[in-house]
Amino acid sequence: MTVHTQHINMTRTPLPILPISLGVLFLGTAITMPFWGQAYWLHEFVNISCFFIFAMMWNLLAGYGGMVSVGQQAFFGLGGYFVLAMGNLAGVSPFIGIPLAAILTAIMALPLSKLAFRLNGGYFAIGTWVIAEVVRLTVANISIVGGGSGTSLTAFRGVDRVFRQHMTYWIALTCVVATVALILLFLRSKQGLALQAIRDSEVAASSQGVDVIRMKLAVYVVAALGCGLAGALYFASNLRISPDAAFSVNWTAFAIFIVMIGGVGRIEGPIIGTFVFWLINHYLSDYGTWYLIGLGGLAIVMSLYMKDGLAGFIHRKTGKDFLSIKRIYRSK
Amino acid sequence: MLLTVENAHKSYGALAVTKGMSFSVEEGETLGILGPNGAGKTTLFNLISGDVSLDSGIVHFNGQNITTLAPFQRCQSGIGRSYQVPHPFGNMTVFENLITAACFGGQMSEPEAYDVAEEVMNSMGLTSLANQQAGSMTLLNRKRLELARALATRPKLLLLDEIAGGLTEPEAQELVTELKKIKAKGTTMIWIEHVVHALLSIADRLMVVNFGEKLADGEPMSVMNDPEVKRVYMGIEA
Ligand SMILES: Nc1ncnc2c1ncn2[C@@H]1O[C@H](COP(=O)(O)OP(=O)(O)OP(=O)(O)O)[C@@H](O)[C@H]1O
Ligand SMILES: [Mg+2]
Repeated sequence: MTVHTQHINMTRTPLPILPISLGVLFLGTAITMPFWGQAYWLHEFVNISCFFIFAMMWNLLAGYGGMVSVGQQAFFGLGGYFVLAMGNLAGVSPFIGIPLAAILTAIMALPLSKLAFRLNGGYFAIGTWVIAEVVRLTVANISIVGGGSGTSLTAFRGVDRVFRQHMTYWIALTCVVATVALILLFLRSKQGLALQAIRDSEVAASSQGVDVIRMKLAVYVVAALGCGLAGALYFASNLRISPDAAFSVNWTAFAIFIVMIGGVGRIEGPIIGTFVFWLINHYLSDYGTWYLIGLGGLAIVMSLYMKDGLAGFIHRKTGKDFLSIKRIYRSK
Repeated sequence: MLLTVENAHKSYGALAVTKGMSFSVEEGETLGILGPNGAGKTTLFNLISGDVSLDSGIVHFNGQNITTLAPFQRCQSGIGRSYQVPHPFGNMTVFENLITAACFGGQMSEPEAYDVAEEVMNSMGLTSLANQQAGSMTLLNRKRLELARALATRPKLLLLDEIAGGLTEPEAQELVTELKKIKAKGTTMIWIEHVVHALLSIADRLMVVNFGEKLADGEPMSVMNDPEVKRVYMGIEA
């Protein structure tokens, strides 16, 4: 597809045909999976979706917005707690609760941004982590959601187990597709230009008329929304939550790993990274400590020798961007 | 007056970099700024563009007090700048650099921005590099892009920080020709430059800055013949 206007002798990159057909094939297979797949596949897909959405958000935040946060677990955990609290205390079906929890999490991000945005660079990173810890400790003191030992999701009692699993799976699939589509559309929009400009040089972006602070705030809130969504989905699927699990810094560590392996500041990065992460996780996680050491080692090797990740490597070798957001100039 | 700077002060710690400078620029005028390294010339631009905030003093632009405005607002109100050390959007193409500037600095729609970008690329000789990644270009081309991008914001006032350094003589000539065209369209310019003959070929007025103070300000030839200026510039320009 090419965008035409009467001004034009320039075109947007055509929407990439190959990835889109692959995407359609993937979707067709994925939508029908509950009817031919095994139950644990569905569960695994939901879990990996949460990692994926979370990593997409970290990439948006750090790779595009230049905000290296180590505290995104604050929003992951809040999303989870919101969905459980709404389910257990107000009887809201978690299927509706998942998007609601994401929105509530985004609202929470507004006051938290006031704290985080006072800091820059390394201080921002540490500051976000501290904020996440404060949120964790606060939640651990709310006895109505189980305090320090957490709680179980009771809202699904009486719901058929197979129905619940299928619904959760489809919601996860919808969230994944929506996340990719929205980020792609956003980056292809005029605002996407501003975000890429900020990624490349904040100083230059603001001197070229980009309202950097407002854009960063928007990205921070959107990232909170996505992280809240991932958390809500994760804990609605796993039926149990505790402050230590929900607000663990490991969530962000895994997201950083995924984005670094895949390629930071590239939309394909987290897609490729999540796939690699899933492979490693699936086949090597039985090795315990060695598995974690391996993940760390791989991240170090990548950051030393392949800074732009696998997506960047593929781009350099083939000259192709699979989900291109480039605007191409063609002269008359 | 398009731009008025009144009693501007700026210090970094104990180092006073701008010591109560006042000057103004008329609409359509081209002001050349000369001064030794570290005199505070770039800092002056930072104060005008808002990259650095004043300790005290006032900046008026186009009838508006812009002293407390953010850089992006100043750009949108018509101040376009280039940086001495180019700051391209490195992972974006030349074309994308320009449409970003036009969209946000010039507050245009994307299709309008495409036309502006094309026009600017043609005049700056960047058309053949349109789809090049900006960060992978030579320093010379990055400097060219720096000027092109400032132009794409459709500025009333253009701040140029040492854009001729490193150019060969014919390239410098070409640049001056291009700047004369921009000037002819009525754009006001302030140009900081060490390449004095290039500066003199276009400046209506010359200001010499030394240690954060105005040493001379006036008609270019008389400023160049000022004994004080000659003394400061000895060894820099014969
Ligand atoms: N952010 C900063 N922090 C501390 N000192 C600074 C900063 N920016 C500039 N300075 C100092 O202020 C002085 C003036 O710097 P400025 O860049 O304005 O000079 P300049 O006239 O543009 O010099 P040049 O011809 O080398 O570009 C220098 O001594 C510089 O070291
Ligand atoms: Mg300078």
